[in-house]
Amino acid sequence: MEVPILKQGAVLIATFQAALSDADLNHLRMGLVQQVVKFRSRAVIVDVTAMDVMDSFASRTLREIAHMIRLRGAETVIVGIQPEVAFAMVQLGLTLEGVATALDLEEGLVYLTQKFKNTD
Amino acid sequence: MSKRESTTKDSGTRSNPNVELVRSEAPSELLRELVAHLRQNRTQLREEWVVRITETRLLTAMTKEEIFAEATSVYDSYVEALETEAFEALQAYARNLSERIIPRGVETHEVVGIVLLLRDVLARSLFAKYQTDFKKLNRILDAYEPAANRIANTVAVGFVQERERVIRQQQEAIRELSTPVLQVRERLLILPIIGVIDPQRARQLTEQLLRGIRTNRAKVVVIDITGVAAMDLTVANNLVQTVEASRLLGATVIVTGLSPEIAQTLVTIGVDLGKMNTVGDLQGGIEQAERLLGYKVEKLAEPR
Repeated sequence: MEVPILKQGAVLIATFQAALSDADLNHLRMGLVQQVVKFRSRAVIVDVTAMDVMDSFASRTLREIAHMIRLRGAETVIVGIQPEVAFAMVQLGLTLEGVATALDLEEGLVYLTQKFKNTD
Repeated sequence: MSKRESTTKDSGTRSNPNVELVRSEAPSELLRELVAHLRQNRTQLREEWVVRITETRLLTAMTKEEIFAEATSVYDSYVEALETEAFEALQAYARNLSERIIPRGVETHEVVGIVLLLRDVLARSLFAKYQTDFKKLNRILDAYEPAANRIANTVAVGFVQERERVIRQQQEAIRELSTPVLQVRERLLILPIIGVIDPQRARQLTEQLLRGIRTNRAKVVVIDITGVAAMDLTVANNLVQTVEASRLLGATVIVTGLSPEIAQTLVTIGVDLGKMNTVGDLQGGIEQAERLLGYKVEKLAEPR
């Protein structure tokens, strides 16, 4: 399944679809980092609004994506986690520790803007 | 009405007067005899029972008149249950009785106590009546005891079931008390928690809060637990989970109003306090929240 990745200036926006297989997630991991390299992006927003379930593999993959992207000097923000999904995740101990999160795309962009302002 | 015939060989024994005693009455016949006795002596036995109840200091929450009224209907139901062995009626009566007396503060041991006292009073009267005929007494008791035990059991269980039903109802009511998620500023929510939190209520609060964060686009939430007396392990963990889940929605949680007892609980269970942003009281919590949101509160004039 192809995940659309949009470019918005120095930020890449990847919108995850509802049912991503493990293979899809693995593919995405490499794909996103390659895109960051290609466009010299400063940040990636991963929008998971459409995901109504988040298992441990998906959660681990997101953390790995964030770590790999940080090695390229870029920031990752996960946005759009649904309340029910968030609740289920913390009960399983999947806290996405060390990865920035925001309510939605708008808030994610606000967060990044502030972050760039502080570091520039 | 079937008479159980003796199974001993009858040749030559019919003339023996002792054979008369071996002929055993059917249990139902014995029960009938015993029920008749209990009905005949109703007034006296009931009075004796009420005296024993008062002596043992049971049903202190009820007046003498109330005890007498209830004693009368319990006695009659008891005897009827012995007679008809229709325990459904007794169960219904027990539940009905419980509904009436539980609000009066009558305890389980009192209800069990009075039923056992009645059993004793009636048994004693049977001893008195059949004291000259030991074998018959035994047979009467054989009929009486299982039935009496079943009655005691039925009433006790009925009482306890009613209590449990009331408790469940109250728990439901407490859970339904909606805990408001209040917006006090743009992007700032306050969740004041008051009372007892059981795991179910804790879960409900978390779900409510997370939905509130999304609806109000909150960046900061102040959870005030000044009104919470104690917290067990499960609920403390739930609080931590609430903080973590809120972060996943992009909101920071400030917990205020931790009592010394709750602080002790959290430390004891090893909660990672680095994950928890805590401030002493609600006022301090709101002030910090405002700072986080970039507000500065400035006093311009004295109160009028």
